[in-house]
Parts: sequence; structure tokens; C-alpha cells
Amino acid sequence: MTMLRYAGILIFWILLAALLYWVRKQKNVVFWPLLALAGLLAFNLASTEQFYRLDWREGHLYGVPVDIINHASKVGILAIGMTLVIAVEGIDLSVGAVMAIAGAMMATLTRQHDVAPAYCVLAALGLGLAAGVWNGFLVAVMGIPPMVGTLILMVAGRGVAQLITDGQIIIFNNPVLTYIGNGFLVIPFPFILMLALFALTWLFTRKTAVGFMIEAVGDNEVASSRAGISARSIKFLAYVFCGLCAAIAGLVQTSNIRSADANNIGLYLELDAIMSVVIGGTSMMGGRFYLASSVIGAILIQALTTTMYAKSVSPVVAPVFKALVILLVCVLQSERVKRRLAARHQTA
Amino acid sequence: MNRRYLTLTVTAFVLLLLYGFGAAVFPNFLSLRVIVNLFGDNSFTGISAVGMTIVIISGGIDLSVASVIACTTIFIAQMVNPELHGWHPLQAMAAAVAMGAVFGAAQGFFISFFNLHPYLVTLSGMFFARGVGYIINDTNLAIKHPFYSETVRGLSIPLSAILRDYLGLENYVRKGVSLPLTAQCFILFVVAGTLLLAFTRFGRYVYAIGSNEASARLMGVPVDRMKIQIYALSGFCAAAAGCVVTFYMQAGNSSLFVGLEMDAIAATVIGGTLLTGGVGGVPGTLMGVLILGLIQTLITFHGNLNNWWAKIFIGALLFLFISIQQLLNRGLTRRAST
Repeated sequence: MTMLRYAGILIFWILLAALLYWVRKQKNVVFWPLLALAGLLAFNLASTEQFYRLDWREGHLYGVPVDIINHASKVGILAIGMTLVIAVEGIDLSVGAVMAIAGAMMATLTRQHDVAPAYCVLAALGLGLAAGVWNGFLVAVMGIPPMVGTLILMVAGRGVAQLITDGQIIIFNNPVLTYIGNGFLVIPFPFILMLALFALTWLFTRKTAVGFMIEAVGDNEVASSRAGISARSIKFLAYVFCGLCAAIAGLVQTSNIRSADANNIGLYLELDAIMSVVIGGTSMMGGRFYLASSVIGAILIQALTTTMYAKSVSPVVAPVFKALVILLVCVLQSERVKRRLAARHQTA
Repeated sequence: MNRRYLTLTVTAFVLLLLYGFGAAVFPNFLSLRVIVNLFGDNSFTGISAVGMTIVIISGGIDLSVASVIACTTIFIAQMVNPELHGWHPLQAMAAAVAMGAVFGAAQGFFISFFNLHPYLVTLSGMFFARGVGYIINDTNLAIKHPFYSETVRGLSIPLSAILRDYLGLENYVRKGVSLPLTAQCFILFVVAGTLLLAFTRFGRYVYAIGSNEASARLMGVPVDRMKIQIYALSGFCAAAAGCVVTFYMQAGNSSLFVGLEMDAIAATVIGGTLLTGGVGGVPGTLMGVLILGLIQTLITFHGNLNNWWAKIFIGALLFLFISIQQLLNRGLTRRAST
């Protein structure tokens, strides 16, 4: 059994190294967050016992790595939507509140109105879309700066969620609905959901012209309008999509804890999502976006958190390290440091 | 009419409307005590909102204020506690305010030197200060010191007595209403902030940077140094708000005020300051803070209304003010282009 595990770890590292080499050769931005993730994993290989231990119980895979991808999923889902919004030079501060609204809707419908699970999910997703339409209307149609426009729903959204749940924490145990956040198909269901969403978004943006248009609008809105792209509709769609992603993430978290807590679901997750996107290399000034890189960013943040817990850093102190990591990544990506590095490259 | 005064007028109108509504519906609303409490209970939001206003006028944002407030309260409580350090409260407050300013300056440095987005930098500042607060002490620590139980209480201004003795309003004023030190500090910060923005070079530079950073730089405004000073000022205000919280609660707690930064931002926006920078002022923010406080007071007076209506109502107000500003802005650009 131990032999098997060592072989597994070896194969994993060979694959990771090959992946790193390949993305470096491709000059893909995903290299940097992936390198940071590999560094963190190497640190754990050296210092955390049982970090790589995977168990097979009742058809499920258990272990710390599984935990990481499981918990990273909801931020990953948020980050996918947020990437597109940031790519059109926007930001969506309301995703945490939208998560709470979606979760509240699902829980209230199943518990208090006995609605069939499929309709609960559809209603929650519909609310997410509506939230996205609202944000899109403010930003794309009315032309309000995104940080201002989405602030409105960020403030009011939790109130709406509490209105839906009537201020209560609504507990539910419908097997279908609890599956969304707790299910396993060998690997955790939320992670599968995230992968599926990622694949669909990737196909939609990279195999059609949409991705190109998004980057054009984010890079220069006026120029892309002159070139015949409807910048307004592209921006609008990005916010609608982000609202949908937020609703999905809200369902995952609500389902995971089997209750809708309007005050705490998605609290500060907008920050984690924005952080994932920025760590992933998408600039807050818009333009080029990197979906896979954002997802890796989300996993990196979760791996960092889990590592700190594994090292028995108190959960209340963990934010300090998180803050330092964000700042470090931001500084490394800043123009000044990049220019300095480029200059050194030329002289060498 | 100048657009700056137009939004300010709308803000004042909403404030009066809310107050008039309260006075019409609830018999005890029209009293000195309600007004004094409005200032006292919202003093820390108000003081941090003054710093926030200056940051927002300069085109930035500061998300770290709530964490800095919480961190300050626990720092003071820890230092004053006779079994732990036994400092004098004034000593602890001076240290806390200095640290707040240095912390803000560090944020300003990262924003200006590396040209980072203020949202990201102050976001990590928010996590950092919150974590440091927990490291200092993660419990609720009461402050027991004669300075708090005697001096702070003694410094409140006995308003009813003054009104009765000097103005002869004995029939209108109830006994025992006094303006607490917290409210005095709030008013002091509002006045100081207003003067700073209106009559100093610092203030003019803040508006210049917020209107157009590039042209401010070309005109010789030391933009980088100014940004460090602006965020230092915001950190200073947040730490000062933390000191005021200790007057108010006589305790320190590192888990307090999660989300207060949003109240400060909302008050600033409702007060007519443009989140894109360049336009606004502290008097508007004062009204914004009072509006938020009034909403809370109205809900308390009503007794049956749930707290979430406050959030929804604040959201609606934000929408109202942002839309007005947007329409005004559009009108101006259209006039400029024709």
C-alpha cells in the first residue's frame, strides 16, 4: 500500500513537472499560479505528514488534496464568472450577496413550499440571472462605474436574502439538494460542477468569437465599438453570466452546509474570487483574460488556507498570511517590478 | 445651479424627509435626545467616513477601515489592562493612532509606488489588520480604568442644563441630555475634515488628483507623496474611530464591525461624493451618516420592522444617488461635447 502511494506521488509530480514545462514553453500565464501551487505542494511534501494520503472508502476518495479541490470549487465557480467581468474592465462586488440570495431561495422553496428540487434550483439560478441583469443594466446601459454600480446589490442583496428567509436560518435535508454540495462521483461533485462550468465557458469563449470580443471591449471600448462590436451587450452579458455563476456557487455552499444562512453565505467570497482572478494574471484594467489561470488561482488560495490549517495556524490568524500573499502577488505583477525584471533579462 | 450643490440639496432633502417622517409618526422622535444619540451612536462610522471621503475624492477607496477600528479597540484594551501592560489610556490611544497612520501610509505606498489598484491593496490591508487584531487578543476585553469611568464621562457636555440656563428653554428640553465625548469627537472630525478639504493646499491637491491624476501630475502635484498622505490620513481617522469606540463600549473586541467599511462608503456616496473621484465633501458625508443612522433609529422606533429593511432601503438610496450623479455627469459631458 505504501509502495502504491509513493508511486502515485511520483507519477503526480512527473505529470505536474511536465505540465509546468509545457505551459512555460507555451508562454502561458497559467505558469505562475501553477508554479506557486507546485511550490506549496512541494513544501507540504517535505513537511506535512499525511498530506498526500488518499483513502478509498465506499466509492469515495478522501484526503487532503480532495478536500482542497472540494472547497476551492465554489470560489473557482465565482472566479470563472468574475474573470469575464474583469476582462471587460469591470468588477462585480455583489457575488457574495447573490450567493446568499440564491441559497435563500432554494432553501425556502424546498422547506416552506415543498417545491420539487429541480424547480428550486431553477428558481435560484433565475434569481442569479436577474441579479446579473440588474448589474449589467447599471453598468452597461446606464454607464455607472462597475465598482459603484455593483455596490448597490452588495449592500441590498443580503437584505433581500434575509427577506426571503424571513431572517431565519432554514435547514433542509432534501437528498437531491444536499447532493449538490456534498455528493461524490469518485471526486467531489462541486469540483465536477466547476470543471463542467469551466469547460463550457472555455468552449463558449475560446471556440467562438465571443472571447475575442470580450478582450477587445476590455482593451479599448471605444475602438471595439468603432470596429462594430456591441460593447454594451458584451458587457451586459458578462455581468449576467457572473450572476449565474454566483447563483451556482451559492447553491453549492448552501447545499454543503444544508442550510441557508443569509448573513454568512458567500460572506467576503467576492474578495476571494477577485483575488483568484488577479493571481491568475488577468489585469483589473481589462483585456486579456485567463480562465484556467483563475481556477488555478482559486485552488492556490484554498491550498494555502488548508496548508495553514494543517500546520495548525489558528484560523483567525490565517488572514494575515493571506493578506501578505495577495500583496506579494500584486507587487510581482506590477509594472514597476515587471520592467525591472525585463531590464535585468536584457542585460544578462 | 452647481451640480455639487444639487446632490447636496437632494441629500439634505432626504435627511429632512426621513426626520420629518419620524417626527410625524413617532411622538418622541422630535427630541434632543434622539438627535444627540444620532451623533453619539454613529460617531465611529462618521469619523471613519470622514477619512473615507477624502480617499474617495482622491479617486481611491479604503476597505481596511473596519478592521483597523477593531484592531485599535483590542490594542487599547490590551495595553490598558493592568494585568497585561497597564498603560495609561492616553498613551495607548496615541500609540494606536500613530500605528493607524503608519498602516495607512504603508497602504498608500503600495498603491502609489507599485501603481496597484487601491481595492486590492486595502483589501489585503483589511485581512491583515483583522488578523493582527486576533493575534493581539481574540476575546472580548473590558476596559476598566478611571480615565474611562470618570474623565470620559465627565467630558460630556450637559446640553439640557446649558439650554435651560442660558437660553431659557426649560419647557422644551428634558433633563439629563448631554452630548457625549464620542459625538464631540465626531463633530470635531467633520469640522476638521471640511476645513482641510476647503482651505488647504492638501485639500486642493486631493480634488486635483481625483479629477484627473495625469494632469495633476503634469501640473506638479506630488501625486505619489499625496497618496501616501491621503491613505495615512484615512488610517489615522479609522484608528481615531477605534479610540472613540472604546469610549462608547468601554471594551475592545477584534471581531467587531465586520462590514462597517461598506457603511462608511455608502454614507460617503449618499452624501454626494462621486466614487470616481474629484467631486464631494465632508458636509455631505455628515448628512449621509445621519441618514444611515436615522434609518436605523426609525427601525428601532417602529419596533416591528425587521433589520433587513435597513439594508434594502440603504441599497435603494444608493441607487437613487448614484443615478442622479450619473444623469448629471452625462448632462455635463454632453454639454461639453456640443
